[in-house]
Amino acid sequence: MIEKVLKGSPKFYVWIAFLGAIIGLGAFTYLFQMKYGLAITGMSRDVSWGFYIAQFTYLVGVAASAVMLVLPAYFHHYKKFKKMIIFGEFMAIGAVLMCMLFIMADLGQPQRALNVMLHPTPNSVMFYDMMVLMGYLVLNAVIGWVTLECERHDVAPPKWIKPMIYLSIIWAFSIHTVTAFLYSGLPGRHYFLTAIMAARFLSSAFCAGPSILLLLLFVVRKVTDFNPGKEAVQTLTKIITYAMAINVFFFLLEVFTALYSGIPGHAHPLSYLFAGHDGHAAWITGFMWVGAILALLSLALLIPPSLRDNENLLPWSLAILVLATWIDKGLGLIIGGFTPNVFETVTVYTPTVPELLISLGIFGVGALVVSILWKIALDVKKEAGTL
Amino acid sequence: MKRSRRQFLKVASLSVLGLSTQLATGGIVNAAETGEQYQATENGLHAGRWAMVIDTRAFETPEDFAACINACHKAHNVPHIPNKQEVKWLWTDKYEHVFPEQENNHMSEALEKRDFLLLCNHCENPPCVRVCPTKATYKRADGIVAMDYHRCIGCRFCMAGCPYGARSFNFGNPRDYIDMAEINPEFPTRMRGVVEKCNFCVERLAKGLMPACVEAAEGKIFFGDLTDPESEVRKVLAENFTIRRKPAVGTQPGVYYII
Repeated sequence: MIEKVLKGSPKFYVWIAFLGAIIGLGAFTYLFQMKYGLAITGMSRDVSWGFYIAQFTYLVGVAASAVMLVLPAYFHHYKKFKKMIIFGEFMAIGAVLMCMLFIMADLGQPQRALNVMLHPTPNSVMFYDMMVLMGYLVLNAVIGWVTLECERHDVAPPKWIKPMIYLSIIWAFSIHTVTAFLYSGLPGRHYFLTAIMAARFLSSAFCAGPSILLLLLFVVRKVTDFNPGKEAVQTLTKIITYAMAINVFFFLLEVFTALYSGIPGHAHPLSYLFAGHDGHAAWITGFMWVGAILALLSLALLIPPSLRDNENLLPWSLAILVLATWIDKGLGLIIGGFTPNVFETVTVYTPTVPELLISLGIFGVGALVVSILWKIALDVKKEAGTL
Repeated sequence: MKRSRRQFLKVASLSVLGLSTQLATGGIVNAAETGEQYQATENGLHAGRWAMVIDTRAFETPEDFAACINACHKAHNVPHIPNKQEVKWLWTDKYEHVFPEQENNHMSEALEKRDFLLLCNHCENPPCVRVCPTKATYKRADGIVAMDYHRCIGCRFCMAGCPYGARSFNFGNPRDYIDMAEINPEFPTRMRGVVEKCNFCVERLAKGLMPACVEAAEGKIFFGDLTDPESEVRKVLAENFTIRRKPAVGTQPGVYYII
């Protein structure tokens, strides 16, 4: 099926070339990181994780979110989602690949990465994270490819694929739970040390991921004949709305415990994120407030059915939601975890331009993978008449 | 023709498999062999659990601290990096930062102004060891939390895990910040991209020497075996009021402070 990539419109190739340029820029910048090390990033002794790990975390959520299509389709036999599933699975592949690249970009000695498997350490959550991410990649690649191949030949998928699909549903929950355990088991970081972290991760993933999927599918709907179906979109939007409401609720639970208990260590990260330190707003402060307002705004636009089902408004609502969740998880999470530091002092972290360019390159790789896989899926569906 | 190619491929792949298995297992066998070549020196110091007691009252002048810090950083070729990506094994800070959530109102001026030495706590339950995905950091039987700089992948999970900020990462090349003419050839310099920290001078203990900071402190720091009731550290602990950093996190530090 890979041959479908070779036959595309000029527009498709311009898009691929554009992504190639972005990837090239990122790769070129990475050469500097190879030469000078992570010294070119804004990270420090006090804030030892930064933008890379934050994007990794966000993207694990995006990868896991494919389950919001697969679960209703296979556990509840909701057939309207079946048409979209392949796109969710292929997006998960792109997302997992980006996760892996972000981890590699973050390593001080990337050439030793396989030490994690060479010296397996079952007491380290990172060991499990590597395992579950790889497993999820394989599951989605196999399931996606096999079901698409069968669709192409107009035959029923083999029987063994069903257990794999059921496994992938549970697996999706596990990848983001394990990612949350990376943080929530650390004794010295107040912002991370919370039992609700995995639940927060899953809820934010299950609203943000499907939102990104829908936004991308709206683009596909514009440039091709593909239509995800009105009812499917509306159902998925309802799922997104519930997940976002739960996500905001969980965040407010954190705020309550931190502030009402009055325990200084629990309150400090929140006050740093939303009020800065020593009377000065930090650069993150503005982002956090914008994120909070956008989160509430997205709910205001998604909860009333009349607004939610308005197809002209929906892309905006979803984009607002994605931005809000990204600020929470792609910026605030790591910065709040490391500021104030373990000495209860503040070391400001600001990502540097090279750091952002390398990240952009990795996003480019993800976009390229998703573009190619979606192109294959679209062409196969077109041929099979199942568009 | 077809058959012979098939046969060739069969033989070739089996040969490659055989060769690589031999190489792989040979490597494991050899590694075990070299491991046994290391022998503890006869005059090395041993303990059931190494621990340190710092008499913070005895440190009065900045020179008192500098003597210890310089001795440590010199012995271990610790680079002096003048920015936030610094590397430090032994350093000082004020009470409120060393013992956050343990501070009190209206403390004596002396205590408020006092500096405290900070280093790796060599915890009984070290979170850094728990989180390390490659066992690059590990706990020895004598309680010392040690590191293998050659196995570390630089993921910095240990830095996130350490509640004491004891760990430093080599963001850049540390050798750029060491006077290579002045290095201690007895201890390796590190490369870029790995984490490092205080090692309780494990290399000096093996030779029968006390840790560099203990030696330089001239009686202001006590070091010994916590499991030995007759040891100096046990006596000092019995006679003085001591505290440890962040008791709430359950790590059981091996560094005690006489206040």
